[in-house]
Amino acid sequence: MTTTQVAPAPPGTGTDRPAVAVRGLVKRYGGRAVLDGLDLDVRRGECFALLGPNGAGKTTAIEILEGVRRRDAGEVLVLGEDPSLAGRGWRDRVGVVSQGEGAGQALSVRETLDHFARYHARARSTEDLLAAVGLQESAGSRVGRLSGGQRRRLAVALGVQGRPELLFLDEPTTGMDPVARRQFWELIRGLRADGTTVLLTTHYLDEAAELADRVGVVAGGRLVEVAPPEELGAALRRETTVSWLEGGARRSVRTQAPAAVLRDLLAVQAEIPGLSVTRPGLEDVYLRLVGATPTTSEGALR
Amino acid sequence: MSALLTPATRPAPPSTASIALSRVRLELRLFFRERQQVVFSFAYPVVMLLIFASVLGSDERPGGIPFAQYFLAGIAATGIMLTSFQAVGTSVAAERENGQLERLQLLGTPPVAYFAGKAGQVLVTAAVQLALLLPVARYGFDVPMPADPGHWLTFGWVAVLGALAGTVLGVAVSALPGSATSTNTAVSALAIVLQFFSGVFFGFLELPGWMQQAAALFPLKWMTQGMRSAFLPDEAGAFEVAGGWEHGRTALVLVAWVIIGVMVCVRTFRWRRGEG
Repeated sequence: MTTTQVAPAPPGTGTDRPAVAVRGLVKRYGGRAVLDGLDLDVRRGECFALLGPNGAGKTTAIEILEGVRRRDAGEVLVLGEDPSLAGRGWRDRVGVVSQGEGAGQALSVRETLDHFARYHARARSTEDLLAAVGLQESAGSRVGRLSGGQRRRLAVALGVQGRPELLFLDEPTTGMDPVARRQFWELIRGLRADGTTVLLTTHYLDEAAELADRVGVVAGGRLVEVAPPEELGAALRRETTVSWLEGGARRSVRTQAPAAVLRDLLAVQAEIPGLSVTRPGLEDVYLRLVGATPTTSEGALR
Repeated sequence: MSALLTPATRPAPPSTASIALSRVRLELRLFFRERQQVVFSFAYPVVMLLIFASVLGSDERPGGIPFAQYFLAGIAATGIMLTSFQAVGTSVAAERENGQLERLQLLGTPPVAYFAGKAGQVLVTAAVQLALLLPVARYGFDVPMPADPGHWLTFGWVAVLGALAGTVLGVAVSALPGSATSTNTAVSALAIVLQFFSGVFFGFLELPGWMQQAAALFPLKWMTQGMRSAFLPDEAGAFEVAGGWEHGRTALVLVAWVIIGVMVCVRTFRWRRGEG
């Protein structure tokens, strides 16, 4: 946990094969396809973030990869095995930060960690885990008395307890305060530096930008784009929005050639009131990728 | 944080037996921390004995058996059913609802280890419950204890088989659809009806025939009968339905329920709600 540098994956882990390989994954609920031909590759040792609106199928996809939900069609390999058939040895190699409770509200944090240590081939020590998630001072508190954020930290500690090769996190920082979130990010960077592959879903774009080597955007049950966070939506990013005031009303135009738009404007007027020239940020790109805002307005004045 | 374990350096996960043992310890610890549950489990048979034996203490059952002696057998069996069937059915449904079972599934916990944890906890709490009940009957109401090691042995196997049958049936019933609250209600209602049908409060022979036949399908009737054979004099067996204690049939019915229960558990047990 001292370095955030990416360590090369240790030898012998089959780094040539991806940690997760999904082709044509389909899952239907009552005839409605939640996942509709999802393809996904997560490389060994990378941190991959799945972004998408509620109902896009992120959680369903993760649950199928975890081997706790059946799929209707498609091929899925996680650490080289089909999760729906994999056994206990495979489960011990996979960690999940689950939303569910620990082992009961009446146990203390330390007792909970000590108990679940016995399920793993080689568990991290309780002291290390308490320190890593910042729960040392609450170690003796009963789980029932923890705050929501503290419970999330305990869930994270339980998820990494078995030294997983691959860690699944479904909206891990929901309910955490900003300090806890940053501490959590450090923890994830540390795990990744140790060579752990991380697959997380999140609503927070800053989280994806902060942690992920690559981001996949899910919409309508498919992966619509995969790229490093700074390159996401490359075509969309080349578009610049030029905006100005005309007769008291704001007008704007999206263009790949903002200079030409400006030249045209300057040709008819010497000064352009309220002028702004902006490039889309990650959030704009994301919103347009998932279809929350129109993407086909190129050059058209609004 | 230390280096990553690779498939080559990672040992096999702990055995089912060692996880089962950890679960027994955990279940016991959690049980004794739930004060309400502890008080209810341990006080219910004692309080019922105090009430019924005090009110009806002068009554006699067929064969000149004092009421308290007859009632002790029934309430001992009832206590075992409550700590096994009712407590397990309720707690499994609650653990499924709050996501504890989901975590066990994600950890690859063998279901058998989970069942064994419940069974271990039930056996220990049933033993404590009986250890509190019997002295109250012995010293409070002069109920004789089982006459010899043979009768104690009967008491022992009836208690253990009854507790195991109750445990697996509790796990099985928790698979019924509905919320944990509705499971709790259904299990409690069934437990109350079975107590009346199985000759706990009334002499079994005084019950209408259809009630006797319905009760004979369930383990509680056989547990109370088995308990009577341990606590009552041998000649009182003449006042049973079959004119004897039917130890063979009692054992058969209880073992059959354990086996049926295990099969139902294995087929219907779910770690989470709305699997699909």
